Amino acid sequence: MEKFTVLNGLVAPLDRANVDTDAIIPKQFLKSIKRSGFGPNLFDAWRYLDHGEPGMDHARRALNPDFVLNQPRFKGASILIARKNFGCGSSREHAPWALLEYGFRCVIAPSFADIFYNNCYKNGLLPVVLPETEVDRLFYDVASFPGFRLIVDLGKQEVSILDASRSAHFEIDAYRKHCLLNGLDEIGLTLTHADKIRSFEARRRERQPWLFS
Amino acid sequence: MGRTLYDKLWDDHVVHVGDDGTTLLYVDRHLVHEVTSPQAFEGLKLAGRKPWRMDSVVATADHNTPTTDWGRGIAGIVDPVSRLQVETLDANMREFRAKAYFPFLDKRQGIVHVIGPETGATLPGMTVVCGDSHTSTHGAFACLAFGIGTSEVEHVLATQCVNTKKMKNLRVTVDGLLERGVTAKDVALAVIGSIGTAGGTGYAIEFAGGTIRALSMESRMTLCNMAIEAGARSGMVAVDENTIGYLKGRPFAPTGEAWNRAAAYWRTLASDPDARFEREVRLDARALKPQVTWGTSPEMVASIEDRVPDPDKEKDAARREGMERALQYMGLKPNTPIGEIRIDKVFIGSCTNSRIEDLRAAAAVVKGRHVAASVRLALVVPGSGVVKAQAEREGLDRVFRDAGFEWREPGCSMCLAMNADRLEPGERCASTSNRNFEGRQGAGGRTHLVSPEMAAGAAIAGHFVDVRRLG
Ligand code: SF4
Repeated sequence: MEKFTVLNGLVAPLDRANVDTDAIIPKQFLKSIKRSGFGPNLFDAWRYLDHGEPGMDHARRALNPDFVLNQPRFKGASILIARKNFGCGSSREHAPWALLEYGFRCVIAPSFADIFYNNCYKNGLLPVVLPETEVDRLFYDVASFPGFRLIVDLGKQEVSILDASRSAHFEIDAYRKHCLLNGLDEIGLTLTHADKIRSFEARRRERQPWLFS
Repeated sequence: MGRTLYDKLWDDHVVHVGDDGTTLLYVDRHLVHEVTSPQAFEGLKLAGRKPWRMDSVVATADHNTPTTDWGRGIAGIVDPVSRLQVETLDANMREFRAKAYFPFLDKRQGIVHVIGPETGATLPGMTVVCGDSHTSTHGAFACLAFGIGTSEVEHVLATQCVNTKKMKNLRVTVDGLLERGVTAKDVALAVIGSIGTAGGTGYAIEFAGGTIRALSMESRMTLCNMAIEAGARSGMVAVDENTIGYLKGRPFAPTGEAWNRAAAYWRTLASDPDARFEREVRLDARALKPQVTWGTSPEMVASIEDRVPDPDKEKDAARREGMERALQYMGLKPNTPIGEIRIDKVFIGSCTNSRIEDLRAAAAVVKGRHVAASVRLALVVPGSGVVKAQAEREGLDRVFRDAGFEWREPGCSMCLAMNADRLEPGERCASTSNRNFEGRQGAGGRTHLVSPEMAAGAAIAGHFVDVRRLG
């Protein structure tokens, strides 16, 4: 997993509540057995005018000019601001994969759906929860100032505007922060507890043998 | 102080707690399907790791599998990408032997959340995970069951644990007798309508109260299945004699002395009387009417006696905009009576409503009637091969066929339209599935979530009808 320390990035807005993972990456693209190749199909149904299917040459498809990410001013954005309950619906990890591959490293919203929130961390995509009023303000800023950027400092747990005149604190579990800051492989970390897992398992086998037959 | 059912299940599986409360939780049952597992097995192999305990794994192919032409074998999966996913699961299961694998074409193949309970692979007191959000279904058996992402699938394969934090407790208490024609699906939709699709975020939901105790296991599964649609990763119901009766004699359920020991333990799986819930929600079942969603989120729901809401009456700007967008997508006018919405297709199936009881209920409505001429396609897709065989023994397939329904092979089918079963742009469907998101059942398709009875009634009438009045 790629490390996340400090991100200075262009901000793009997605002004809808309850954006579900079907919208983030439609199901026809889940048929891959790889972790990559999803970027061109991020928000596919909104982003293109035609209906997307795997195997199409996405570079040649007609873009929907009304979809916000297609506006030239948001090209190269790495921070997405969104509304409440972002990432609801299916557990597909293809959603964070698609966001990352498109270029996003951070999504800021007033709330996230639990599974999506979890999946982000496993891939080095930072989900930041800020109060609704703060997010409102960011939407206003993005609309008002072309080229609006934010600095997301994971170490300080802070999102701030470039001149540092305004910043907001966010919460993150210490364990997740540690993994992200150092780009750590979680499985490797867990396996340092292998003995504990084994002894737990042995006790369980004794008490509830039917779970192991 | 007393503990909730969730507290008990949690405490029972804690392997290690980190400084910030991040917990390694032991996994008893790992369910696997073809869409969210290939990258996990690949990751495992790339890292040179071995699965920890493959006898905890029960796998099936369900999302991509066709519901027709099984005679053609694997060649019947026309889409090469779908076929590759199914074949990749086959290959992974050959390499890493699971406790059980129900591949495509197997007599007992089916939707992962239907076959878990049906085979007894899901047992009370377990932690059950699957790379699928509707894993909450298994909570009907007093399991701690929740969906995980693909990285977590790999993590569970490698370590038999998930890294997670404890949720808060939310109890949804439902009391009173449900009217005939009002079902667990309607309870689920009403709960989501009242707390919203993010209402359960951060919580584990326990469904309790007289209504829930009176529900069959199938109905409890329907209810827990939809917990995720209320934002909760887990939904659960305490063990009672219904639970134990359902499990007795299932292929993977314990037998003999082990059964007695297990059952004695299972009976302890209920919240203590003095347990504390951070949040409580109540619902009066007597007041409940059959529900129909009108929008593109399960919380956009009304009763059959209502009308499509009018965004102009909504004061909150963001909500108004969401409603307008949904109505536009759904092609609906404000104030249209729900009963006047005409449908093009009907889908009875999915892990929410494809069990034998669902099929019986739908068949009872259909019997002796015929699908309306205006309905282009009415599909019944049993949840598993076992459900299908049982239904055929009872003659339900004939009832459906005689009425003009198609009787298909098991799988996820038009719940998410990864196989060939889907809506065309603009088509409107009465569906017993769980999600009405834009494009869920096919690009541009319009989904109305309903119970099996209501879907059957809509098929007959060509529009939504109040099944309580069908007689
Ligand atoms: S039936 Fe639908 S919701 Fe259930 S597992 Fe299959 S695709 Fe998911």
